[in-house]
Amino acid sequence: MEPDAGTSTPGRISRDDVAYVARLARLNLTDSELDGFTGQLADVLDHAADIEALDLDGVAPTSHPLPLSNVFRADVPTVGPADEADHRLFCDEVLAAAPAAEESRFRVPPVLGEAP
Amino acid sequence: MTSGTASEMDGWEVVIGLEVHAELATATKLFSGARNEFGGEPNENVDPVSLGLPGSLPVLNEKAVELAIRVGLALNCSVQASEFARKNYFYPDMPKDFQISQFDQPINGEGWLELPDGRRIGIERAHLEEDTGKSTHVGGGGRIHEASYSLVDYNRAGVPLIEIVGKPDLRSGDDARAYVSELRSILVAIGASDGKMEEGSMRVDCNVSVRPVGQDQLGTRCEVKNINSLRSLGRAITYESRRQVDLIASGQEVDQQTRHWNEEDGRTHTLRSKEEAFDYRYFPEPDLVPVAPSAEWIDEIRAAMPLLPGERRHRLAEEACIQPSAAALTVERGLDDLALAAMDLGADPERVLVHVENNLADGQGALTADAFAALVAMETGGDLTATQAKTVLADLVDSGGDPAAVAASHGFEAMDTSELEGLVDGLIAEHPDDWEAFVDGDEGERRKKSGFFVGQIMKATRGQADGRVVNEILERLAADA
Amino acid sequence: MSAVSLAGAVRSGERSARSIVEEHLAAVADGEGQIHAFNLVTADAALERADRVDAVVAQGGDPGPLAGVPVALKDNMCTRGVPTTCGSRILDGWRPPYDATVVERLDAAGAVIIGKTNMDEFAMGSSTENSAFGPTLNPCDTTRVPGGSSGGSAAAVAAGFTPLSLGSDTGGSIRQPAALCGVVGVKPTYGAVSRYGLVAFASSLDQIGPFARNVADAALLLEAVAGHDPLDSTSIPASAPDLLGVLDRGVEGLRVGVIEEISGSGPTGLEGFAPDVQSRLAEAAEALAAAGAVVEKASVPSTVFGLSAYYVIAPAEASSNLARFDGVRFGLRVDADNTVEMNAATRTAGFGDEVKRRIMLGTYALSAGYYDAYYGKSQKVRTLIVEDFARAYQSFDLLLSPTAPTTAFPIGEKVDDPMLMYLNDVCTIPSNLAGHPAMSVPFGVGDDGLPVGVQVLAPANGEPSMFRAAAVLEAAAGGSAGVAP
Ligand SMILES: [Mg+2]
Ligand SMILES: [Zn+2]
Repeated sequence: MEPDAGTSTPGRISRDDVAYVARLARLNLTDSELDGFTGQLADVLDHAADIEALDLDGVAPTSHPLPLSNVFRADVPTVGPADEADHRLFCDEVLAAAPAAEESRFRVPPVLGEAP
Repeated sequence: MTSGTASEMDGWEVVIGLEVHAELATATKLFSGARNEFGGEPNENVDPVSLGLPGSLPVLNEKAVELAIRVGLALNCSVQASEFARKNYFYPDMPKDFQISQFDQPINGEGWLELPDGRRIGIERAHLEEDTGKSTHVGGGGRIHEASYSLVDYNRAGVPLIEIVGKPDLRSGDDARAYVSELRSILVAIGASDGKMEEGSMRVDCNVSVRPVGQDQLGTRCEVKNINSLRSLGRAITYESRRQVDLIASGQEVDQQTRHWNEEDGRTHTLRSKEEAFDYRYFPEPDLVPVAPSAEWIDEIRAAMPLLPGERRHRLAEEACIQPSAAALTVERGLDDLALAAMDLGADPERVLVHVENNLADGQGALTADAFAALVAMETGGDLTATQAKTVLADLVDSGGDPAAVAASHGFEAMDTSELEGLVDGLIAEHPDDWEAFVDGDEGERRKKSGFFVGQIMKATRGQADGRVVNEILERLAADA
Repeated sequence: MSAVSLAGAVRSGERSARSIVEEHLAAVADGEGQIHAFNLVTADAALERADRVDAVVAQGGDPGPLAGVPVALKDNMCTRGVPTTCGSRILDGWRPPYDATVVERLDAAGAVIIGKTNMDEFAMGSSTENSAFGPTLNPCDTTRVPGGSSGGSAAAVAAGFTPLSLGSDTGGSIRQPAALCGVVGVKPTYGAVSRYGLVAFASSLDQIGPFARNVADAALLLEAVAGHDPLDSTSIPASAPDLLGVLDRGVEGLRVGVIEEISGSGPTGLEGFAPDVQSRLAEAAEALAAAGAVVEKASVPSTVFGLSAYYVIAPAEASSNLARFDGVRFGLRVDADNTVEMNAATRTAGFGDEVKRRIMLGTYALSAGYYDAYYGKSQKVRTLIVEDFARAYQSFDLLLSPTAPTTAFPIGEKVDDPMLMYLNDVCTIPSNLAGHPAMSVPFGVGDDGLPVGVQVLAPANGEPSMFRAAAVLEAAAGGSAGVAP
């Protein structure tokens, strides 16, 4: 049950890869964290390489464990006239819990660029 | 930078493909029961789902799916089994920092849209996705780059969108505008969207490339964003295609970029280049299950579809023996049902369409098909002149009624031909030179003089004479002269 | 006293809900200092709630099947107005503006929520050492971990702080701590219990389930919280199964297979199973056979690849689920000059190392050029596991394995070696990947005197027969579990 003793695959995750995904994930890493994480992620991915032994040609992927489809809700607002007061309370709680808000809106530092 | 359209640029062809996002006309959001409403107080139409609160889960709005299927059917797409995926990127107006969209399995596959001139523009796909919130940039004149902070309102977050991706089949700004306006008519006709570009419920991104005429291979394209009206769409295409031609002509290359249309300076500006492309890490949305509309459901939706603008054009064109493109204005004004009904009652198609196009710009008002048909019959029977008919029509639109009675109330009666002949004889005697010029003159001269005589008779009769009858008399007398 | 009898006593007016709640709050006050099972004890609200239950009884009403029974909630289930931290600094102090569906169901059933239990941050861990608020200790031996990630919920039940608690299980996070703490822990069929209001770790794997000191109590709690919820698209469109009603039916004639690959008994299976754990498993199999079940060896070959698939799929989903913790709408914000830097500063300060590790792993597995090699392949492995189980369930009604390879390990032993820690979940992960129910039942102790759990696995919606087998095992092991009265 020990992890495979590092049969290093060509695609072994590099320090640059880790720096790239950290940026994508909006995480700042120090140099030493970068080193540490690179080794640990490589260990996990090396272990995952055991599935290379499987013949997966023609196998369909499973993304849902349940064979459900067509689950819908009716196009009816949750908040009816009777729930108006509770809804206001909800909106107030939401804004009160915000790190920063102004004029009923969430305040953020400059966003620099358009949405992608 | 340049006048004239880019398509006139010698030797260059402009290739355009559009991505149109339209908000669907549902009562609630795509994945929750928060209201889908324009306006209102900020952060009022929200709930845990549309705010992306931890623990919240999406549940698909059935009506949004139905509207998406309607769009698919209207655009001749294959309506198919689909799945939602997550498109991951950080942005403050995106509550979950991923957008739930459809990626490799859209609900509508390939289809096409027919322009009024009969050309078919390919549709790549039309898929469902959720809208984002809206940021207001404070300070720096509201511009994003100079703002000192931003305020985010999530009222729009989660509103259902249909994204219609067109194939690069358009060749000019006019083409693009015709496509968008046809698409808007279709979306409005089927009740899928209100199509309001000015309220942002319909948004257009535009892929533009240029290539030498005759070349098959596509040039490097740029995507232009922030186009807010049909007018800007034409302007942006003109600017962008000229920019690309100028680049190539000066020996440079077009860089694949996303560009931003600036309405004020009339230019496109770099947003980002291909190298800065986002790594969206799409994967199947695990909180939603696949959508597999049954054939019965699709048939049901199909059966309930109204006639589409294109079908209406064809229907009218056939009845009136004209080109579908000539029926476009009538259909656009929503007067084709009236016109067809009047024609059914025996009204002359040509006169009907002339009135619709020239005299019914503001709609039919109180005008009924019966009254319209009776009016046209009076006109073609010589009981009313064109000018009189127009006056009567205006009254019918305003307050309805019987055309004969309205005509009588104006004192319009048909002038007897012999009475007219007497007037024409008198006029010829008064103006012998003009008469000679009419009889002996060439085509142009003859037309000019006939205009003179008819004008004089109209003056003398205060418009009660029928111009066509006057012309007939003139022709007959000239032949005898 | 069991939850079943406590609820009975309250409903019949024999005992007040207040006295029950006070008794358990006293136990918490007494022992919590040594265990740290809770992130928050909601004593005042619990007493108030108990009084309301008592008022219903006084008026001749029926407060519900869980009348007056204390329940502790893992701290990743949203409670309106009550802090919900997920064991993370990034949500420290956040009060959700809404209740999870399970919270509403507990309320409707007359239960009394007494607090929020400690957990590995965002449910990522197998020892509850990854909590931003310090580790939970195992009530059986406070030098040992309670397992995780629902370690607080397991320990709270094992220590007698509460008869019932809810945890969440993504790869074993209910069953493994149940085994290590010597209590019953159930991961229901995927979709049996609504996930609405459960802060997601890996959406296609997460399930909420009960901890209890005996099988009947676990059944009681599961019946109360299960059943269709229109707010969760992946919720099974059926009402909760009757479990209490079938508990005493025994296992006569049931076919039970012991999975070779994840019990250390097969030639091609995984290694690393402690001999004492293997012995208890063998005794459990014998006990079922003695009760009339047909017990044989079973093979579910692809279960050995479950861990690999899991450690791609779960982080991938997590990397996306945890993106929303960006400092914009709720929770922690660390200010910076612009939003990009604010997001990063907030996440860097707010997330612990294990969470960062899994976010990066998942981001990598989904990123351009790697999707097919990692995420795509793992989903195919998932298909193989589903198919292998389906094949096995043609021959068997239930399957059996250890819950965890070893008994509770010492605190600190595996914190620096993530891969070693992950190996704790080899037996539990396959059920999550398949969406099947599985539960851990205490079955004796190891050579170190610490509890050993046996895992009963069933096909989707197979909870009734799974609980029947669990009841037989419980009886064979000598009754109620836990270290407390
Ligand atoms: Mg697009
Ligand atoms: Zn889009």
